[in-house]
Amino acid sequence: MTSPHDEPAAVAAPPAGEPRRRVRPGSRRGVPLPLLVPALLGLAFLVLPLIALLIRTPWHSLPDQLTSPGVWQALRLSLVCATAATAVSLVIGVPLAWLLARVEFPGRGLVRALVTLPLVLPPVVGGVALLMALGRNGVVGRYLDSWFGITLPFTTVGVVLAEAFVAMPFLVISVEGTLRAADPRYEEAATTLGASRFTAFRRVTLPLIAPGIAAGAVLAWARALGEFGATITFAGNFPGRTQTMPLAVYLALQSDPAAAIALSLVLLVVSVAVLAGLRDRWMTAS
Amino acid sequence: MTDVGKTARPTSGAPEPGAEGLDARLVVDRGAFRLDVALTAAPGDVVALLGPNGAGKTTALRALAGLVPLTGGHLRLDGAALERTPPESRPVGVVFQDYLLFPHLSALDNVAFGPRCQGAGKAAARAQAAEWLDRMGLAGHAAAKPRKLSGGQAQRVALARALATRPRLLLLDEPLAALDARTRLDVRAQLRRHLADFQAVAVLVTHDPLDAMVLADHLVVVEDGRTVQEGAPGDIARRPRTDYIAHLVGLNLFKGRSEGRTVRVGDGPVVTTTEELTGPVFVAFPPSAVTLHREPPTASSARNLWRCEVAGLETHGDRIRADLTGELPLAADLTTVAAAELDLHPGATVWAAVKAVQTHAYPA
Repeated sequence: MTSPHDEPAAVAAPPAGEPRRRVRPGSRRGVPLPLLVPALLGLAFLVLPLIALLIRTPWHSLPDQLTSPGVWQALRLSLVCATAATAVSLVIGVPLAWLLARVEFPGRGLVRALVTLPLVLPPVVGGVALLMALGRNGVVGRYLDSWFGITLPFTTVGVVLAEAFVAMPFLVISVEGTLRAADPRYEEAATTLGASRFTAFRRVTLPLIAPGIAAGAVLAWARALGEFGATITFAGNFPGRTQTMPLAVYLALQSDPAAAIALSLVLLVVSVAVLAGLRDRWMTAS
Repeated sequence: MTDVGKTARPTSGAPEPGAEGLDARLVVDRGAFRLDVALTAAPGDVVALLGPNGAGKTTALRALAGLVPLTGGHLRLDGAALERTPPESRPVGVVFQDYLLFPHLSALDNVAFGPRCQGAGKAAARAQAAEWLDRMGLAGHAAAKPRKLSGGQAQRVALARALATRPRLLLLDEPLAALDARTRLDVRAQLRRHLADFQAVAVLVTHDPLDAMVLADHLVVVEDGRTVQEGAPGDIARRPRTDYIAHLVGLNLFKGRSEGRTVRVGDGPVVTTTEELTGPVFVAFPPSAVTLHREPPTASSARNLWRCEVAGLETHGDRIRADLTGELPLAADLTTVAAAELDLHPGATVWAAVKAVQTHAYPA
């Protein structure tokens, strides 16, 4: 829709009168070399591997690769688990974001730090931590097992939990930011009209922050889709049960590189699609 | 608790005399700032809280709505104590300064929001909302989203939304501040009409004396968290008791001691008036009563003459307001021609003359 408008300023100057074009100060003239060279190097560093992936894609055998049952199994499992993890994140993450943004309580800063921790924690450590908590002998897991007969690690549900653990902070941070930017006086206006705090949240706040929730959900979904470390640690690598796309890629790379490339291509396409979906929100925000 | 029997105010056929309407003393402590304002009003009254920015007017309004907890005092509406009632359960409607219409809902659904929260079905709530919009002359804008409405329309939707909950107390926070000058006149007239129809208590907050005078029948002037003066708008305009009010209504105001027809302001200058008073008094006169001269006038009949210095000049419509310092700090209005003839400029020395008959003294 707006494709030509938001590309870097390296393209030739637009014809006069073209609307919505952002004129960047000092556009192209006089970019000093000590900045230009590393900048181009950085760009190449980010883009070259993706181009290499495209170059090395076995295009002629691609249809066969992609239609093999293993690929579909892994892709379907990935999509289902990432979607489920996003759903879990929404159900418990949005209220958590609301709590952080709207309720003053002692230790709020600490709680926010704890929520943010999985963002920077190595996912493998997250997987180990999940095992310690929810594993068969885990702090909570042992009771789940002995009282209810529920086993979480090395199951599809385990994949969902591992992905949600890693992805939910993205959603919480995104939604909290949107909530902070939203005017809390709309909630006050709703309460003066007789709405309880929950009704005000449901009928006023939620619709107002819907774009932020959607963006956070897409971000969390993409993160869940690519999750590797926590998943393999907590849920293992069982085809059809816990083997998601990233795990399949890793495994295939050791036995069948062509298959790994094909799988990677699928994930690349999904990523580009996600980025396209978020374009209006982030690409044009700068 | 209630002073039944002691109350002298006659109320028409109410079972409990004195119980109808608003009876509040709002105390809100907020660190360095303390609000302590008493408000009483009978159903049908429109009370305006008038005061400079930061005086605590909006805090008072939020306390009435329950959005700010009271740290002291009381709040009774139609005899019921509301201090501990959460905002959603108070029979109070609020028109916020920038309206806060829900941007994702149509005008109709904004107005239907209150009835819905009070338990009405969707269809019933919308029917009520349509009726309110119709009453506000907005039937054609029911489906419009708030961003498509003009300022005046949005204001009426906000009023309809507040009234649709059938409040016993209507609160308006700077109801006209967000409008441009032309819309303001229309909306002010309409608002006055709607407030006149409103059967319960209305409290509005404004820093604009004209809004307060036009819309309210009782003024409470708040400065620095306290009531400094209250009464009928006309009385307050004629007899201001603080610099702020005097400035608002465009009067020069001085406090002094009167002996006969002369008022001594502080230890210094004397103002001659026509009222016979003794003791502490206020003396006031409008800036238009002041005439300026570059030389001490010889043939002037004015009884009051002070030597001043021009501190600043400001255009007010087709007149120039001169800000004077000196014996008496004064504001004087003169025509552009007069200002030019006098060669007025900041720092210029002038003689200010005021006739005694144009001053007004009243007990402090």
